[in-house]
Amino acid sequence: MKFGIVTFPGSNCDHDAYHAVVDALGEEAVYLWHKDHDLQGADVVVLPGGFSYGDYLRAGAIARFSPIMREVVAHAERGAPVLAVCNGFQIACEAGLLPGALLRNAGLSFICEPVTLRVENAATRFTSGYAPGQLLNIPIAHGEGRYTADRSTLDRLEGEGRVIFRYVDATGNPTSAANPNGSLSNIAGIVNERGNVLGLMPHPERAMDPLLGSDDGVALFESVLGRVTA
Amino acid sequence: MTQYRAAVHITPRRGILDPQGKAVAGALHSLGFQGVGDVLVGRHLVLDVEAADEQRVRAAVREMCERLLANPVTEDFEIASVVAS
Repeated sequence: MKFGIVTFPGSNCDHDAYHAVVDALGEEAVYLWHKDHDLQGADVVVLPGGFSYGDYLRAGAIARFSPIMREVVAHAERGAPVLAVCNGFQIACEAGLLPGALLRNAGLSFICEPVTLRVENAATRFTSGYAPGQLLNIPIAHGEGRYTADRSTLDRLEGEGRVIFRYVDATGNPTSAANPNGSLSNIAGIVNERGNVLGLMPHPERAMDPLLGSDDGVALFESVLGRVTA
Repeated sequence: MTQYRAAVHITPRRGILDPQGKAVAGALHSLGFQGVGDVLVGRHLVLDVEAADEQRVRAAVREMCERLLANPVTEDFEIASVVAS
């Protein structure tokens, strides 16, 4: 499978995503410059983390108008997979690919640390390699990750099983102490209505090797690749 | 065509936690300004816009706010002033 990794001015996790796809998984990946109009035949689009356009105005607000985003939106509308990580999640929300918004962390600090996530729905194309309720160790690194949406949107996300990952404590409970950024309902990741766009603040592409602390991100990529037979 | 200067206030929507506003309110209380209630920290934008009349400037700035300058999920905007410059 071919992954297209979008590089915006200020992206800084595009190389991590490339390493995850090419070195850890042995798949093909290309960088897509934000001014391009062509996804170069990518089967999966990755909107990587970083600080596109310096987070000017709001994180993701300017990147969503980059030329490549028209093709990314069309790709998503065809039902093809889009993995939106961290700043990519912020861009996907600004672009209307996902509902809600990501605001300044409740504690106002930029937080860079491993967190525990619970897999809330393992019946998606991004999570079929996990067990329902499985706990994952995945790092976060963001200043604006507080997921916010209005009540009816939240109810829909919960009711339709579209909350995919939640911040939990070591025993798997979504406590406020385990919520690093004040996200509503401890939400760390969601999918769109059709289930082909995943947005999450944690970085699965940085959890690909036990040497670096965790390889809990591998199963997410393997799920996308359909390698999972569980 | 006339040159106008428009000013826009963008503020976090009430009801959505504004941790910056809370931090500022706490600092003001510690300075003795006990009468201060909620504080909202937002953005103030000043735009130079050329248009035929003020009404067109307001319509254009409103559209700019709806499409880019404010996030409709979390923020409110107000066109504070439009003056010929």
